[in-house]
Amino acid sequence: MRREAVVTGIGVVAPGAVGTTAFWDMLTAGRTATRAVTLFDPAGFRSRIAAEVDFDPAAHGLDAEQVARMDRYVQFTAVALAEALADSGTPLEGFSPWRLGVSMGTAVGGTTLLEKEYVTMSRSGADWVVDPSSASPHLYRALTPSMLSGEVAELVGARGPVQTVSTGCTSGLDAVGYAAQAIEDDLADVVVTGAAESPISPIAMACFDAIKATSDSNDDPEHASRPFDRHRNGFVMGEGAAVLVLEEASAAKRRGADIRCRVAGFANHGNAFHMTGLRREGTEMARAITTALDRARRSAEDVDYVNAHGSGTVQNDRHETDAVKRALGAHARRVPMSSIKSMVGHSLGAIGSIELAACVLAMDTGVVPPTANLTTPDPECDLDHVPLTAREQRNDVVLSVGSGFGGFQSAVVLDRGV
Amino acid sequence: MTMDTVITGLGTVSPAGLGVEAYWEALVEGRTLIAPIPDFDTEGFHVHLGGKVPGFDPYDHIEGRFVVQTDAFTRFALVAAEEALRDSGVDTSVDPYATGALICSGAGGVEFGQREIEALWSEGPDRVGPYQSIAWFYAASTGQVSIRNGLKGMCGVLVTDEPGMLDALGQSARTLRRGTSSMLVGGAEAPIGSPFSLACQVGSEVLSPGVDPTTAYVPFTEGATGHVPAEGAAVALVERADVARERGARIRAVVAGQASTFGGVGVFDPGGEGLLWAARQAMERAGVSPEEVDVVFADAVGLPKADADEVATIRRLFPKGVAVTAPKTGFGRAYAGAGALDVAAAVLSLEHRIIPPTPHVLDAPFGLDLVVRVPRPARPRTALVLSRGMGGANSAVVLKHPEHA
Repeated sequence: MRREAVVTGIGVVAPGAVGTTAFWDMLTAGRTATRAVTLFDPAGFRSRIAAEVDFDPAAHGLDAEQVARMDRYVQFTAVALAEALADSGTPLEGFSPWRLGVSMGTAVGGTTLLEKEYVTMSRSGADWVVDPSSASPHLYRALTPSMLSGEVAELVGARGPVQTVSTGCTSGLDAVGYAAQAIEDDLADVVVTGAAESPISPIAMACFDAIKATSDSNDDPEHASRPFDRHRNGFVMGEGAAVLVLEEASAAKRRGADIRCRVAGFANHGNAFHMTGLRREGTEMARAITTALDRARRSAEDVDYVNAHGSGTVQNDRHETDAVKRALGAHARRVPMSSIKSMVGHSLGAIGSIELAACVLAMDTGVVPPTANLTTPDPECDLDHVPLTAREQRNDVVLSVGSGFGGFQSAVVLDRGV
Repeated sequence: MTMDTVITGLGTVSPAGLGVEAYWEALVEGRTLIAPIPDFDTEGFHVHLGGKVPGFDPYDHIEGRFVVQTDAFTRFALVAAEEALRDSGVDTSVDPYATGALICSGAGGVEFGQREIEALWSEGPDRVGPYQSIAWFYAASTGQVSIRNGLKGMCGVLVTDEPGMLDALGQSARTLRRGTSSMLVGGAEAPIGSPFSLACQVGSEVLSPGVDPTTAYVPFTEGATGHVPAEGAAVALVERADVARERGARIRAVVAGQASTFGGVGVFDPGGEGLLWAARQAMERAGVSPEEVDVVFADAVGLPKADADEVATIRRLFPKGVAVTAPKTGFGRAYAGAGALDVAAAVLSLEHRIIPPTPHVLDAPFGLDLVVRVPRPARPRTALVLSRGMGGANSAVVLKHPEHA
């Protein structure tokens, strides 16, 4: 019998909302969490806005030792993990730890902490040969973000396959896709998956400034993230984490779990074209969508909702619109396709998992979240992008799409099973 | 579950130089490739030695437009990937979607990153260049390998320290099973070219403070004081067995089984059980009994507890004994490149039917049949590669000679 992976729990730490209830309230209300950067002084930067998480780790149950040891993105993860485990009710006690896996995604990992340490060790960039005597003993854990999965594994007692996926901005989709594969291929029975990022730091903001990928609507931050809108001018940096508990379907049924959906199909492709540029036609993204649907044994017409990559850069929005038309054919014009990045920004490696959490909630509640700030549609983005207001409809098959630097195009299909 | 994945191409960039041939020659000779880190004054780092890729001018091997936008780790990956692809004879232009890429890295483009972050903090945010966003992140190598070679298949990046390559072989098997024909799978790392990257490693207290290249990295001995860091890359072209056979490819090795475990937060399988489980599962998946394993490529960290754990693991796995080697003592541990270079060494060992020695370890320690001083013409047919990561991950791979698979 074919093994399948199902989602039994989710947890979210997002800009404007810690916890899935607050997160979904915010998205369905069309509220935006983009604002002026407060995490550092952005004077002198081109883009000085971001979607930040108001986060007090102690208030969310992390102790002083955890706060000291864990980088901000790992703290987000710990909080999202606690929510996801409670939501799932997975009885991890008595479960073989060797059958429990972890697959977490992040694009830039501990960059924020690395930068902070660098500034001290180099005397604010004055010394090329930095002074290692002032280095934190935990610095390796910032350099190499495999510790993200390690911390999750430790919190849940996992001893099975534990991996960190880092495919840039598609990490959050790929990590979940890999997690489902690990269950399908009988490497694990439960996999804790998701993604996290806390990239709002000078070096990460500056590197996107340099290529003008981020919005410079500094005077109007709450309306700065405008996917598919004619007046968009780049993405707004975000941060956050989402965790999903995946279980093998038949075991989940046996324990009477509340099965939220199946991770039905996943595919990713390189565009083999350019690290940041996209060919308008979107052939590779279309191929990823088609392959993911095939693996789910679904046809284009089955798709009820498309959660867009929708980053709010001109090339991304048009590329994606064309890719979805190519993959879904005439159905592309009938299916709603919205971008929650309009509200929570683009949290690089984390956003794919945050978007999958939103997809699960869209299936749970029968609501499609809107694309905020979409007041003047780009005529070339002429699909149903669900402007401004959420819409009630039944969602049985949901597609989430991601696109990232490196040319990576990913697609995940969630459904209620066949 | 036996894997139907084979290796049909191999490429390396190592402290022995460019290419698989140079790498294997150095391994068989047990050559010392460890030397003082030449790029900056290491006084104050308490780490002075490293395994550097000698005389590597990227412009000799890679088009300028790729050189300007890449860190050294990606350049190593590009060169090793090109060799592996050429070696395999796979023509990626026939169906670009048939071939994917999965190049692991633990440190990313940290040397490139230090230059840009220095510009930011000493001169201002507008001095950060346009390539920082694509050179520093961990996915840079997979992306550039995909672009330069026209690969539109499944692309991935894993960050699991040293075991990255072994995990990537497992992940690629899952990908090939779902329809992709072949993948360039590897690990690439350049962690010792910049002071900041070395500084990130010294706090972990796993690197050797030694100054004598012949005694600084001597695992399984009383003189073990850690390991020597290194740079380099190894890339394998892994292919679905049926696809490889159909096109008449030369099969260099069969990837018979792989398994990953987590040993707890802390360096190198702190619980001491994770590596054992990974090895047992990998052998089970490969359908291989302990008696059938001819050689173990050890993790060989060079720290007393981790070494003792590994010896205990090997003795429990092979109560009747097994030949063990760790050729990396000649050139150091290259993080994500380490597992990759070990896999390459194992493939070459099966192919040449010789077990390369463990340089600088002069005598086999009690209870371990370590191949020392000279290569052993043991005609190995099945190899087990072991790896542990600084983040707690463990991985094991079973490789077989194609004639005995």
